[in-house]
Amino acid sequence: MSDAILVSGLRKTFGTTTALDGLDLTVSTGEVHGFLGPNGSGKSTTIRILLGLLRADGGTAQVLGADPWTDVETLHRRLAYVPGDVTMWPNLTGGEVIDFLGRLRGGLDQAKRDALLERFDLDPTKKGRAYSKGNRQKVALVAALASDVDLLLLDEPTAGLDPLMERVFRDCIDEVRADGRTVLLSSHILSEVEALCDRVSIIKDGRTVESGSLTQLRHLTRTSLSAVLDRPATAADLSALHGLHDVVIEGDRLTGSVDTERIGPVLDALGAHGIRALTCQAPTLEELFLRSYQS
Amino acid sequence: MSAYTGTTELLRLAWRRDRVLVPLGILAIAGMAVSSAKATLALYPTAESMGGAISEIFASPAAVALYGPIGNPTSPDSLAVVKMTMMGAVFLSLFGYAVVRRHTRSEEEAGRLELLGSGVVGRRAPLAAAVVLATGAVLITCLLTALGYIGLGMQSAGSVAFASGWAASALAFVGITAVAAQLSSTSRSCAGLAGGAIGAAFLLRSIGDSQATLSWLSWISPLGWSTQSAAYGANRSWVALLGVAVLVAGVIGSFALLDRRDLGAGLLAGRRGSAHAPASLSSPVGLAWRLGRPGFLGWLAGFVVGGLVVGGLAKSATDLIKDPGIADMLRKMGGGEGLLEDVYLTTEIGFISVIAAAFGIVVALRLRSEEVAGHTEQVLAGATTRSRVLASHTVIGLLGSAVLMLVLGGVIGVVDAAAGGSAGVGRLLASAAAHVPAVWVCIALAVCAYAWLPRIAAGVAWGALAVFLTVGEFGGLLGLPGWLIDLAPFTHSPRMPVEPFSLPPVVGLLAVAAALLAAAYAGFRRRDIG
Ligand SMILES: Nc1ncnc2c1ncn2[C@@H]1O[C@H](COP(=O)(O)OP(=O)(O)OP(=O)(O)O)[C@@H](O)[C@H]1O
Ligand SMILES: [Mg+2]
Repeated sequence: MSDAILVSGLRKTFGTTTALDGLDLTVSTGEVHGFLGPNGSGKSTTIRILLGLLRADGGTAQVLGADPWTDVETLHRRLAYVPGDVTMWPNLTGGEVIDFLGRLRGGLDQAKRDALLERFDLDPTKKGRAYSKGNRQKVALVAALASDVDLLLLDEPTAGLDPLMERVFRDCIDEVRADGRTVLLSSHILSEVEALCDRVSIIKDGRTVESGSLTQLRHLTRTSLSAVLDRPATAADLSALHGLHDVVIEGDRLTGSVDTERIGPVLDALGAHGIRALTCQAPTLEELFLRSYQS
Repeated sequence: MSAYTGTTELLRLAWRRDRVLVPLGILAIAGMAVSSAKATLALYPTAESMGGAISEIFASPAAVALYGPIGNPTSPDSLAVVKMTMMGAVFLSLFGYAVVRRHTRSEEEAGRLELLGSGVVGRRAPLAAAVVLATGAVLITCLLTALGYIGLGMQSAGSVAFASGWAASALAFVGITAVAAQLSSTSRSCAGLAGGAIGAAFLLRSIGDSQATLSWLSWISPLGWSTQSAAYGANRSWVALLGVAVLVAGVIGSFALLDRRDLGAGLLAGRRGSAHAPASLSSPVGLAWRLGRPGFLGWLAGFVVGGLVVGGLAKSATDLIKDPGIADMLRKMGGGEGLLEDVYLTTEIGFISVIAAAFGIVVALRLRSEEVAGHTEQVLAGATTRSRVLASHTVIGLLGSAVLMLVLGGVIGVVDAAAGGSAGVGRLLASAAAHVPAVWVCIALAVCAYAWLPRIAAGVAWGALAVFLTVGEFGGLLGLPGWLIDLAPFTHSPRMPVEPFSLPPVVGLLAVAAALLAAAYAGFRRRDIG
């Protein structure tokens, strides 16, 4: 079995809102998979279906080879979850919450727990509301990371963490990957996704719009191009040219965007007009996402 | 910007959130008061026709401890309101308390006040808006009730005095809740403080009303003021001023406390705790017990005090019956002195079983608040099952309420025996136990409502308890159909020790509770969480 999560055609509606509209998601065992999409696109809903908290209206979902709705108890021994908005019981200390959540999952590694508390610089003796948002998040992270599970479902786990803690988090995820465990990471922090994820899925309006490794996705997007030409090209000259888009010609300057795999032929064609100056810019991750989010 | 900037906007927002709840509460309380008075007046239209009814009420010390003294034993108007006076005062006080807490401590706990506080809203505005809304709701209820009574042709001055008495009690608790909301750091401890205050006030006046030498206790209890207004008798409408005084003092005090504390914090601040969880905290029911334990201990203390009072009064309350004729009649019926005591204890234990049901409902509804807070999601993400999560608070509610009842029965029995009473510990324990199945039905209903109708579970559970209570008290009077009265589980509890134990109703109640719990599980396992 090589897929830790296998979701196809997943549907979920809340009253009149359609949260998921045929979502597909495949996460291979041992990879860190980024789960991205604009606000309200259905990331949390998907994760909550994978946890058996919500019942899907259609489609199929498999987690670690099991049905998330029916095989709850056995399945949950093998996974850990960090919600996006961690709320704490007002009269329980952070340490008690960590122990409780760990025991619910079938026990946690005390040595690991103490080491994580140290690394995340977390005081386990404070009670509920005495924790700041970031510290509440740390409580849930320590509870999830301290248990020996095959799959981590993380829903915006680093919202509220300071940069120092963000780095600790990244180290921890790298260790999880090194252990051969699987992570589904929903996040709005692109640098985090870029640093951690082997593959990403981008969803929008409850549907998957892109899925693949970051290099693959980059390849799918266009490179922006700006050239100063000896012999100004006319729009008619370029209309036959396949792969060049959004062309603007101002005097001798031409700007536009090129499908990444068509850069060679386009440059050849422009060369015929005599290139005096040229800037080519590979798409930033941000552009890549903005394009998927807005498409 | 003044400390009150934005009060009107917040008031409008609060009204928008409560535009169903508050009018419903007002209409339910005023409607109950007027319709029960109307029914009583139809039964006893003149002073002559009511002789029997009055002596009946005064023949039972349990009734005086529960309902308080009658304002004027010779006035049919006074008889028409005697049952509703204290019960309505308690309902109205709970109503005012609920409105204040809902818009202060609960909002703050949910973090919503923070969102507002960052806008153009003065520091005191949220509390001011909550107090204004609650005060308005209380006053409108009192006004409608007085108008309804006058509309029925009841004496105007007396109707005003009645409404003043209610206002005195409920306004005082609006002020007390405002203070409690500042002292406590959670919505739950606010409920504990304010609820404890209402319970203590009830106990004080219940002692004061039934013990001539301690009658001053009724005057220091805000709930006592509703009967001390002596409607249709002495008509002490000025008691309303006592309520206003407590309200004003409470509001001033709560503002002073508010100015001294941080948003989100209370004055009774939380301390640090253990870095490790105790072994008991490893399952959903372990968590439920951990969360529910402080509340349970508070209720337990209340039941012990209640048992001391009820038991302590048992012997002397029967002495209130000075009429040798009645005593002779009872003796002839074969019960002797003891029978009267049994009647009193049966009534009290039956009434307190409703309070035990309230405890169970509070615990069961925690299922809902845990889900809303996102905690249920975290627990269910662990290797546990829906049945265990649903069972967690349910078990605490069921067992906890049974323990409360048994402790009550035991304490009453021991105290009564020490005072030379004849009821017997064993019989009172049995009586208390016999009331548990009806309590369980109420709790199971709350759990079932949570499973199927989570959003309105609290309304269903409390509404049902209020209906069960009023149907039991007024069902016969209002001429409600028998099947409706039979819906109230409490009417089926064996009235021990006056009557012997009877198995069929107990088995029936247990079967209903079990069916409700099974239905709850069937609903909970297939619905979405969160
Ligand atoms: N319990 C619910 N009831 C009604 N609608 C819901 C519920 N949960 C989610 N939705 C709706 O489903 C849609 C998807 O929500 P979801 O929380 O999955 O988005 P998300 O991708 O996690 O967004 P974000 O990035 O803001 O966390 C939204 O339109 C949301 O309003
Ligand atoms: Mg989300």
